[in-house]
Amino acid sequence: MNQPKIDLSPKVSDEIRKTTCYMCACRCGINVHMKEGKVAYIEGNRDHPVNKGVLCAKGSAGIMQVNAPSRLNAPMKRVGPRGSGEFEKISWDEALQIATDWLEPIRKENPEKLAFFTGRDQSQSFTSYWAQHFGTPNYAAHGGFCSVNMAAAGIYTMGGAFWEFGQPDWDHTKLFMLFGVAEDHDSNPIKMGIGKIKARGARVIGVNPIRTGYNAVADDWVGITPGTDGLFILAMIHCLMKAGKIDLNYLAQYTNAPVLVNSDEKSPEFGLLMRDKDGKELVIDRATGKLTPFDQPGVKPDLSATHRVAGITHRPVFHMMAERYLEDEYAPEAVAERCGIPAKRIRAIAAELARVAFEESFELDQEWTDFRGEHHKTMTGRPVSFHAMRGISAHANGFQTCRALHVLQILLGTVEVPGGFRFKPPYPKPATAHPKPHVGVTPGKPLDGPHLGFVHGPDDLALKADGTAARIDKAFTWENPMSSHGLMHMVISNAHAGDPYKIDTLFMYMANMSWNSSMNTRGVIEMLTDKNEETGEYVIPRIIYSDAYSSEMVAYADLIFPDATYLERHDCISMLDRPICEADAAADAIRWPVIEPDRDVRGFQSVLCELGARLNLPGFVNEDGSQKYADYGDYIVNHIRKPGIGPLAGFRGENGDKAGRGDVNPKQLDQYIENGGFFVEHIQAGANYYKPWNKAYQDWAVGMGLLDSPQPYLFNLYVEPMRKFQLAAEGHGDRQPPDHLRERIKEKMDPLPIWYSNEDENKGDEYPITALTQRPMAMYHSWGSQNAWLRQLHGHNPLYVPTKLMQTSGLKDGDWAKVTSPHGEITVPVLEMAALNENTIWTWNAIGKRKGAWALEEDAPEVTKGFLLNHLIHELLPPKGDGLRWANSDPITGQAAWFDLKVKIEKADPPSESQPVLPAIKSPVGKGPKDLAWKVGK
Amino acid sequence: MHPAPSVIIFTTFSGLGFGLLFWLGIDPTPPKGWVAFVFWLIAYAMAVGGLLSSTFHLGRPERFLKAFSQWRSSWLSREGIAAVATLVAMGLYGLGLVFFGTAWQPLGWLGALGALATVFTTSMIYTQMKTIPRWNMNLTPAMFMSYALAGGALLKGNITMAIVLLAIAGVVQVLTWITGDKAFENSGTTMATATGLGNIGSVRAFEPPHTGTNYLMREFIHVVGRKHSQKLRIIGVALGIIIPVVLLLLPIGHWIALIAVASHIAGVLASRWLFFAEAEHVVGLYYGKR
Amino acid sequence: MTTLPNLTQKKLGLVIDLDTCVGCHACVISCKGWNTENYGAPLSDQNAYGADNSGTFLNRVHSFEVQPTGDEAAAQLIHFPKSCLHCEDAPCVTVCPTGASYKREEDGIVLVNEQDCIGCGLCAWACPYGARELDQAEGVMKKCTLCVDRIYNENLEEVDRVPTCVRTCPSGARHFGDLGDENSDVSKLVAERGGMDLMPEQGTKPVNKYLPPRPKDELPEFDVLAPFLEPVAQEAKGFLGWLDKTLEKL
Repeated sequence: MNQPKIDLSPKVSDEIRKTTCYMCACRCGINVHMKEGKVAYIEGNRDHPVNKGVLCAKGSAGIMQVNAPSRLNAPMKRVGPRGSGEFEKISWDEALQIATDWLEPIRKENPEKLAFFTGRDQSQSFTSYWAQHFGTPNYAAHGGFCSVNMAAAGIYTMGGAFWEFGQPDWDHTKLFMLFGVAEDHDSNPIKMGIGKIKARGARVIGVNPIRTGYNAVADDWVGITPGTDGLFILAMIHCLMKAGKIDLNYLAQYTNAPVLVNSDEKSPEFGLLMRDKDGKELVIDRATGKLTPFDQPGVKPDLSATHRVAGITHRPVFHMMAERYLEDEYAPEAVAERCGIPAKRIRAIAAELARVAFEESFELDQEWTDFRGEHHKTMTGRPVSFHAMRGISAHANGFQTCRALHVLQILLGTVEVPGGFRFKPPYPKPATAHPKPHVGVTPGKPLDGPHLGFVHGPDDLALKADGTAARIDKAFTWENPMSSHGLMHMVISNAHAGDPYKIDTLFMYMANMSWNSSMNTRGVIEMLTDKNEETGEYVIPRIIYSDAYSSEMVAYADLIFPDATYLERHDCISMLDRPICEADAAADAIRWPVIEPDRDVRGFQSVLCELGARLNLPGFVNEDGSQKYADYGDYIVNHIRKPGIGPLAGFRGENGDKAGRGDVNPKQLDQYIENGGFFVEHIQAGANYYKPWNKAYQDWAVGMGLLDSPQPYLFNLYVEPMRKFQLAAEGHGDRQPPDHLRERIKEKMDPLPIWYSNEDENKGDEYPITALTQRPMAMYHSWGSQNAWLRQLHGHNPLYVPTKLMQTSGLKDGDWAKVTSPHGEITVPVLEMAALNENTIWTWNAIGKRKGAWALEEDAPEVTKGFLLNHLIHELLPPKGDGLRWANSDPITGQAAWFDLKVKIEKADPPSESQPVLPAIKSPVGKGPKDLAWKVGK
Repeated sequence: MHPAPSVIIFTTFSGLGFGLLFWLGIDPTPPKGWVAFVFWLIAYAMAVGGLLSSTFHLGRPERFLKAFSQWRSSWLSREGIAAVATLVAMGLYGLGLVFFGTAWQPLGWLGALGALATVFTTSMIYTQMKTIPRWNMNLTPAMFMSYALAGGALLKGNITMAIVLLAIAGVVQVLTWITGDKAFENSGTTMATATGLGNIGSVRAFEPPHTGTNYLMREFIHVVGRKHSQKLRIIGVALGIIIPVVLLLLPIGHWIALIAVASHIAGVLASRWLFFAEAEHVVGLYYGKR
Repeated sequence: MTTLPNLTQKKLGLVIDLDTCVGCHACVISCKGWNTENYGAPLSDQNAYGADNSGTFLNRVHSFEVQPTGDEAAAQLIHFPKSCLHCEDAPCVTVCPTGASYKREEDGIVLVNEQDCIGCGLCAWACPYGARELDQAEGVMKKCTLCVDRIYNENLEEVDRVPTCVRTCPSGARHFGDLGDENSDVSKLVAERGGMDLMPEQGTKPVNKYLPPRPKDELPEFDVLAPFLEPVAQEAKGFLGWLDKTLEKL
């Protein structure tokens, strides 16, 4: 055979630059292969703790992201009307001067007139620091419309939630159950974990109305009726408690199940936990029968004993749980129809949880000592783990549903044990270890503390003296007391309405509010362009926006700061923020400019460094008034948050040999780069499970600067702060809710998980179908229509309709349907899907694009066939006749209830393009080239 | 399959051209001088034109010479060689007839054999495709050969032969359609074998890999035109076979013969369009389409 | 070389696990990235930012729905990556008129020598799997090379000498190895999991194998699991009684 001779060892690249992808919240390590100074190929970094070499489609398509024609290329000021897309390029100096001229007077007179909200921000500890120093109370990122229910429920319950807070013990788990995970959060680690446990033959149960992605590979699929997950979980809790298949030892030792509760209905402290004078929860010690703080050496808390003092009976939390969850209303038979799951199947799943947790339990040969000083020879494993995300949290009952799930895993004794769910540093960190919200505004001065945090009762609400909301988004008010991430989705409508007050400048970053990041897209566009009839001024007078790409939001801003793309900038994935830790290690990472921008753009954070200095913000200027941080890279290295603690935990100290705490190291970034862009510090064996109660872990965390002192705590099956809001609603205390909210607070702020339906509020009788969105894995956490490769995968988004509904609606593939909600209607193409809950329709989120945006041709499929479901969703619920408009959000956290959307569907004549159609925006960056044949090397 | 004009023109005209060359090659009393020149011109215009048209189907037509190298295994390569050999042989033969008035008969026989071989190898390019069950049968070469011979006879003016051969071509064509309509089912290739998932239940294509189109879908999946196939079949047989036969049965004149030829060509073009448009490639199964 | 080798020294190929593939398209894009920059012409895209956008890809992930026969059985969704199967009896090779397509004698990889390709498309016609795509910019046939420029590449670390799709696959659903060696990991995996051929009736003898999805929705009926939920009490009072007794024993 004379085969052609081919070069089997071609040179791969001139150089590999290792940085962090962070185009989504996975934050994988990447190897960027360079040829002649250009990006030639991107692959996962094998040494990286997050992705261990693998990389998703979007990560691999990064080369098309940094070369996209939609990249903004210079600062711009608006010259046409808002929404026209008509801009004039200006210099950075002019852009920064304009911003300074707008913001300086605001800060001097009333800092709350600036609303600074960042979207998919990757640097919240920095942006919030800036906002705090500006002095405005109006700062948050996108958590409020994303997954605050999951995060807050987790932190209030057990000091952490899923995803970046923790992960299943992939090495030991034998049963993995996931709820409402829309193929994304968190993407690569979940895929890796599923692959790992499936290779071992472990069972995966997926609970989701839609059987795609992870649910498609699940061994068992539970195609639940949307919004009923909480009820399903409580039914399983019912079964498990009734069968005594709960980990009594775990509950007694590590949770507030044995903590005594005031049970006197007449007492002003009814429902509050019994505490000693230091505020420590009290339990009855089974050994002595005496009342004692929970954390004393040798204490064996009693789950059963009651205590009567001063005529008031105190019962353990566990009594209350037994009373509630053993009720027949939670029996599988009672919930089956509502959940769309046969009672038999609910029992089978509960039984399987019990079987694996208790029959397949195992001992890890690892000694450890708990916070009471008790020494344990082994660690008991319960190989059941859970993961859940937006699917269960983006409902108006999401907080309680997430709570229910956390309670389920605690009852099984599977949190922080081998085979179960494990926290990642800096978690576990209970709500009490987090700051409270701060809204103390003083003109010309910084805010009195961090914006966001965790409330522990009415006293912590963010209210002004007159009882009105202190924040523009009305976070931490009676309408949504525990809104720990703020309510970004309410900012524009509140600012437009001047309720609670008017603002001057809206400053946003990476938030596509005039398109897919808002409910009621068209309404938001109207609010952004609405003018005051008398003055002719815009109702929201000034909008500054920063983005790397020509997104739909750009056209609605008055001043544009063009951001750098992800390979052109510094970033830090910081322990102060959302680090990349693993259950066995603390880790953080950086991004660094592996290529220089070829446009007149700057990383947004570097812009804030300069703007901060121009505004003379303390923290951004030196004593002599000069600019403190030349750019974000300078900040990352030299900023000191607390003594010895800065944005990066690795390579601290003069010689770069300190981890966690240490002095500033001027060579820190170089050392990160040398180390592959990240830093890892492992937790020693014996400290890496039972973290909230493990002495060795607590000591390690203090050493790393994650904790100031050991802070063991109990998991909160019963969340006392919620009871405090109920007490207020019942009339106790000085701070009282408005009357129209009393009943709702009493009902919804239940300190033990409950379930309630949101169907009636959304007119479920008239609109019987639930409409959902998912995010495609290939475009997770932002949407790649600017990416020539990714948009071939998802260039438009059909509406997936279940087989039965296709038939009853007379639809077939390729037909168009009109979808109507109480708020609006859209006409879109449909596609049949059999593996789908029969009363659910869904589509991919944010594939639909506005004409003229993203440098796409105006006849691109994203425009003509793509669509947004957002047109059907309103930030307010439909009127229910009480003269009030209630928010379409969770009454506890304010999380946007995206997935409560109810619709009806009928066949429609095919329009020329998806309806509604909005007028084209003039592209500020022109259009992309027709054809591509990208090759960097020769 | 995508009914690309280049391949429809190629198979139609090269078939006719080589068919005519066949009859010219075996003619014991071949035309000479100007008459020969005209016949050769027509035959070469069709054969060479057809071949040239086929190069429009190539991504890199400038490299066409490479296509002659793999005669041991490739039908396309064999076809190229057969075609060139035939054209050379018949070219020399024609040279003798046109300019020297002599029939170097063995060259004619050789050329005629080459012409048959060319049409046969062309047909085998399609016949060999196991992936396209409608083509993957013995009737395919029979159909190509019978059309070529009938069309050649018609062009050559062998009226009786043309009538008989046209009738045969018609029968073969109809048989090809009847058998072809069942070919995909009979091939045994289904969505179940394509995916290996048939043992779980009934398989349905859910989503294509990309929302956009691709080369495979453009080249192999042509659903749109098929709905007119019955009509086109009738048109194909009527124009390609019946009308020419009827015309040939009439007292013959040049104009009528010309009309018969034109009708035949139109009919063959229609049938060839169907030959491609109706052919279903098994790869369509992966896209839920055939 | 249009004729196939009688025997290849190895049968390098992929084993794709349909039980684990979540359909994320990571392999699709990683392949696009590597092969745009490496072997032969770049994989081009047409109308890259417009309507009817399309491009050359060597690996695509399909998805199928399967409806099991049982009355109540839920439909299943199976993600299905597909690229060249490097068949032993590769019909795409023998149809090639120029010898551009060939199957390597040493490892069985089917390649296109782009300098010799005239872009006639016949090999794509002959392939039942849709593994070959004619690049619209270059006019030559493109196909999976099994990353022949990676798997022996001495400029890469040993561990990275695998196809880029395998290296990047987050769920570990793609395996690479010698399917001619029955003791190789991939061969063992195929034997264990009942690896299958696609379209066996086409007679192509594909080297790549697919591992079928494991049976789904077969959690044991409640009757079998019922003992795990045997009630200890019917209501709260009884439960607290049980609790007292049980705590005694702890």
